[in-house]
Amino acid sequence: MTTGHIVSGSRHAHEAWSPTRGREIIADHLPLEGATLPILHALQETFGYVPQDAIPLIADAMNLSRAEVHGTFTFYHDFRHEPAGKHVVKICVAEACQAAGGHVTSAKVGEALDCAYGETRADGQVTLEPIYCLGLCACAPAAMVNGRLIGRLDDEAIDEIAAEVRS
Amino acid sequence: MTARIYVPCDAAAVALGADKVAKAFADAFAARGLDVQIVRNGSRGMFWLEPLVEVVTPFGRRVGYGPVKPRDVDALIDGGLLEGRGGPLYLDNVEKIPFFAKQERFTFKRVGLTDPVSLDDYLAHGGYKGLERAIAIGPSETVEQVFESGLRGRGGAGFPTGIKWRTVAACAPGKKYIVCNADEGDSGTFADRMIMEGDPFQLIEGMTIAGVAVGADKGYVYCRSEYPHAVAAMNKAVAAARKAGYLGSRIAGSEYDFDMEIRVGAGAYVCGEETSLLESLEGRRGLVRAKPPLPAHKGLFGKPTVINNVISLASVPFIMAEGAKAYADVGFGRSRGTMPIQLAGNVKHGGLYEIAFGVTLGELVEEVGGGTFTGRPVRAVQVGGPLGAYFPRELFDTPFDYEAFAKKDGLIGHGGIVIFDDSVDMAKQARFAMEFCSVESCGKCTPCRIGSTRGVEVMDKIIAGVEREKNLTILEDLSNTMKFGSLCALGGFTPYPVMSALTHFPEDFGRGSVPMAAE
Repeated sequence: MTTGHIVSGSRHAHEAWSPTRGREIIADHLPLEGATLPILHALQETFGYVPQDAIPLIADAMNLSRAEVHGTFTFYHDFRHEPAGKHVVKICVAEACQAAGGHVTSAKVGEALDCAYGETRADGQVTLEPIYCLGLCACAPAAMVNGRLIGRLDDEAIDEIAAEVRS
Repeated sequence: MTARIYVPCDAAAVALGADKVAKAFADAFAARGLDVQIVRNGSRGMFWLEPLVEVVTPFGRRVGYGPVKPRDVDALIDGGLLEGRGGPLYLDNVEKIPFFAKQERFTFKRVGLTDPVSLDDYLAHGGYKGLERAIAIGPSETVEQVFESGLRGRGGAGFPTGIKWRTVAACAPGKKYIVCNADEGDSGTFADRMIMEGDPFQLIEGMTIAGVAVGADKGYVYCRSEYPHAVAAMNKAVAAARKAGYLGSRIAGSEYDFDMEIRVGAGAYVCGEETSLLESLEGRRGLVRAKPPLPAHKGLFGKPTVINNVISLASVPFIMAEGAKAYADVGFGRSRGTMPIQLAGNVKHGGLYEIAFGVTLGELVEEVGGGTFTGRPVRAVQVGGPLGAYFPRELFDTPFDYEAFAKKDGLIGHGGIVIFDDSVDMAKQARFAMEFCSVESCGKCTPCRIGSTRGVEVMDKIIAGVEREKNLTILEDLSNTMKFGSLCALGGFTPYPVMSALTHFPEDFGRGSVPMAAE
């Protein structure tokens, strides 16, 4: 028997974009005050990204201009304009991780995955992103791989990430 | 009686393998037919010992083992872990470890001790005593208690919390909000995360007390998306509090109504600035608002709003339960109470250290933190996140206090200390500060938006050795413009890391040593 709050790091399959499903999700969140961010999060959770076609639907439902919704959508680093790779690897590049050798580690990860930061590899297998702080600053350098947290990122852990990305 | 062990579910413990350790224990106990309850507690904040497993022995003692790897589990059980027997990983009573024993845990007293999402556990450890008192003494007396405690905003600005509350309480009755700033984006900080994951009810209680005190019936926690474990814990705790009547209408059988929601940010550092956060909560781009009007007068959706950091709000239940004096009795100068200090980066004993203000930077880095994990000498520490100054060893006698740091052209910010060894290149760190600002700038004001981009270009020239002195003059001028011309702390404080790096480590910028560094 266990207690506590457990967050699973496993990936789940995303649905293909459908306007009907999109409208449903938007309608579910409309009663919230300031619903735009919760809607964008929910759409991304379902489809893996926020399809361009969803923007006018949000604008319509919320009685906002498309420009305003587009502005909100594009302001935030988290919201994806297109689907990510099969695996998503985020490497912390903020100061605490830098102090713990993060410059070297982040470069090694890029080489091991053969992927540039901020890019999805051509074969769609992995998206590699820099992240500014995971709050794991006392066990740096840190990473998040498919939602799973890794502290004290070393060569062995990088090999494991590379192996996971090959799968 | 069922035996009980504790395996933390704190995100940092999980990042070091705590989930795998918990599973290994569950499997091993099942294989042996042992009935053992595995409690997923918060972290004690000693990350060099994580995953730190604790056991309640048959004699009622609580002893720890760490750092535990999944492969250690069988040997630990066979070696008598459930009876609290010794072994290579044995730590005895973890509260006796000097790092822990020397702390003054007011706000973190339950973190690591209890099951974070068990309301029963929270109540058994003094939870909701603060709310009980707030309801008993009434709103205006509650505001005065918070004022008298001397509590200042733990997000970084250090503004007296009691004055914010007084201002909102004085607004005409009507819709008001309590907003908790949980957008803890500073590198080197994780105190908010640990509270939300390790004692979420305390934050809920703090917000509820704020609601009672100022006459607000709705609260929002704006938590950054990089903290999924904190979001999960908060949501679970809010649901439990609501079910037990601590949230909703007529909370805890009183005449007051208060309910709250957890909202998730989307990866914008600037949304930790309070007006940008309010814009984001309202569903817009996180553009900073000009002040006035203050959020206390016109905040969320234009209504009077108390907006406080997680630690500020989580400190309130202690203040209400133990009295303002108990909190104000410790501290230094105008900085009253305790500060959860976070030791991070290249540090041997990294973690959460809650202590009264006044401890010196040197004590924290050398004695508490034990220096670097690489074993090399400490060269610089950055205090207060990406907008905080870099301090050299020569400033290690600075007491941890808002005013003392300001006097040395630094800030304590949210209490994070990032330690660097002598391999650090301070010109590169200055360039990073400008780059970070350019990536995260909301774009509303010119000094921040354009200045940071120009700052990166100028730093590139300085690093490449192109007309160094001329470009250093431009850098100083640019920093001055950003400092005094920016709308908020992002553009306004980015010059702190840049100029402190240049002032204290001029040799890294190709300038001769200044007298102080040569001492």
